[in-house]
Amino acid sequence: MTFIAQFLFQLQEITNLLWRSIKGLRKKPRYFFEIVNQMDQIGVGSLGIVVLTGFFTGGVLILQAYPTLEYYGAQSNAGQGVATSLIRELGPVLTALMVAGRVGSAISAELGSMVVSQQIDAMRALGTSPVRKLVTPRIIALLITLPLLTIAGDLFGLIGGGIVARELHGLDMNLYISSVRTGTDIGALVAGVIKPIFFGVIIGLISCYKGLSTTGGTVGVGISTTQAVVVSSINIIIADFFLSKLLQTIMGSTLF
Amino acid sequence: MLENSETISEYEPGKDLADFSSDLRSHRLTPAIEFRNVDLAFDDQVILSDVSFKVGRGETRFVLGGSGTGKSTVIRLILGLLKPDAGQIFVEGEEITDFDDIEMMRVRKKIGMVFQEGALFDSLSVYDNVAYRLHEAGAGDDEIEHEVRRMLRFVDLEDAIDKMPIELSGGMRRRVGVARALVGNPNIVLFDEPTAGLDPPTARTICELAIKLRDIEDVSSIFVTHEMNNLDYISSEYAIINQDGQVQYELADKTYCLINTKVMMLLKGDIWFTGRGEELKASEDSYIRKFIRGK
Repeated sequence: MTFIAQFLFQLQEITNLLWRSIKGLRKKPRYFFEIVNQMDQIGVGSLGIVVLTGFFTGGVLILQAYPTLEYYGAQSNAGQGVATSLIRELGPVLTALMVAGRVGSAISAELGSMVVSQQIDAMRALGTSPVRKLVTPRIIALLITLPLLTIAGDLFGLIGGGIVARELHGLDMNLYISSVRTGTDIGALVAGVIKPIFFGVIIGLISCYKGLSTTGGTVGVGISTTQAVVVSSINIIIADFFLSKLLQTIMGSTLF
Repeated sequence: MLENSETISEYEPGKDLADFSSDLRSHRLTPAIEFRNVDLAFDDQVILSDVSFKVGRGETRFVLGGSGTGKSTVIRLILGLLKPDAGQIFVEGEEITDFDDIEMMRVRKKIGMVFQEGALFDSLSVYDNVAYRLHEAGAGDDEIEHEVRRMLRFVDLEDAIDKMPIELSGGMRRRVGVARALVGNPNIVLFDEPTAGLDPPTARTICELAIKLRDIEDVSSIFVTHEMNNLDYISSEYAIINQDGQVQYELADKTYCLINTKVMMLLKGDIWFTGRGEELKASEDSYIRKFIRGK
């Protein structure tokens, strides 16, 4: 199979998986507790790494940008710079990449192991749809938790930036907060929440697809896991560009 | 334990006995599983070629053959996990060839499946594994516990009810797999190399469960294996319930195999042999002799 044929085949399969997982919501059972369980594992479980990533990203943004801002006498705009870059761009993308690494790999490895040990076949033989039981709850959990994690990452990024600005550069905290508020408009907040919803679908679909299409025993599980993280990450970055452009067009701002 | 839908016990007084008898005969004559001219290939590799066979009610059908001869594929086709390229497949008289996954869910509820390694859900305890089908059907807690204990008693593993699959030996995992497959009283049970890699006494325990299902529960089954001792056990012994209510295994007459146990051997996508166990052993065919004797 040529590369293009393989790409088109996988695109078809992933689209089919998305359609079946949406259809899975229409009928009972809907596995509410499975969704809550996945939200706990994905959301609460990823909170620590997202908060740390956000905190130090905010900190390093100030660390690198402050000397330049100081050179132009624009230190008072430091918070605006952090808020703009974090809320619109870095927050959603970095959070999604961290979750893709942690959760995407876990989903793919879990489903892949279930495939090679015939647990997926057993589930189907017992009259349960693996898409409804395993894929739909994971995608819904990602849809709900990724925006929330992004907000947490943004918040701690702003805190990290503020701490670095005050402790290392002696910037007044009130000035920083005021500057952050200037750089935070409703458009930025909406974009910062819309993007993770799409990223959640990308991570969930690709990871589940890679896991469920595992072949070749335990070696295959390793390959699927790696592919899930790599393909999710690349797609997040590509999707970010197009989403930014789309939101820019829709919301009429050049800041996306 | 396992009750088929139409049995003598379901005869209602007042119903015309001739009609009931006719219904019952028709039910018994409808094969549990039927393949008609089934073809299946993966790319250029032919797996099954024009395969046709029937498995009667209460019959145990052995599917023998070397690795890669399409034995497990037969089971996957019955469960609808694979679709044939051509031909028809019937389960209890109903054609399932073109059923989608949703329609197959209904058919799969009539079928129990025992996987090679047990295929237990690692994250669930033995109790939850066996209860899986009932949980999915939304059964009450009391009913679930009663049924799970009954099934675990059937496979003599009630003590392991709270264990996790990782704590079980290979044989125990298979037996839990059997218990899980029997929940919901399926009319058909499919065994996919259930004794592979097990020591002989444990393998015999699994075979005894298959005998018990065939002779006491009147379950139709397909027993995929490449181990001849499985065939020896199941085609030469039968189960009865003695006066104390205990299941007892008796040796059939050595010269005859049991009438409700048949053998089918696959080779290169074709049915190479079909008949009774003793006919297989008496065969002069070189492949069969090599398969039986290992040389």
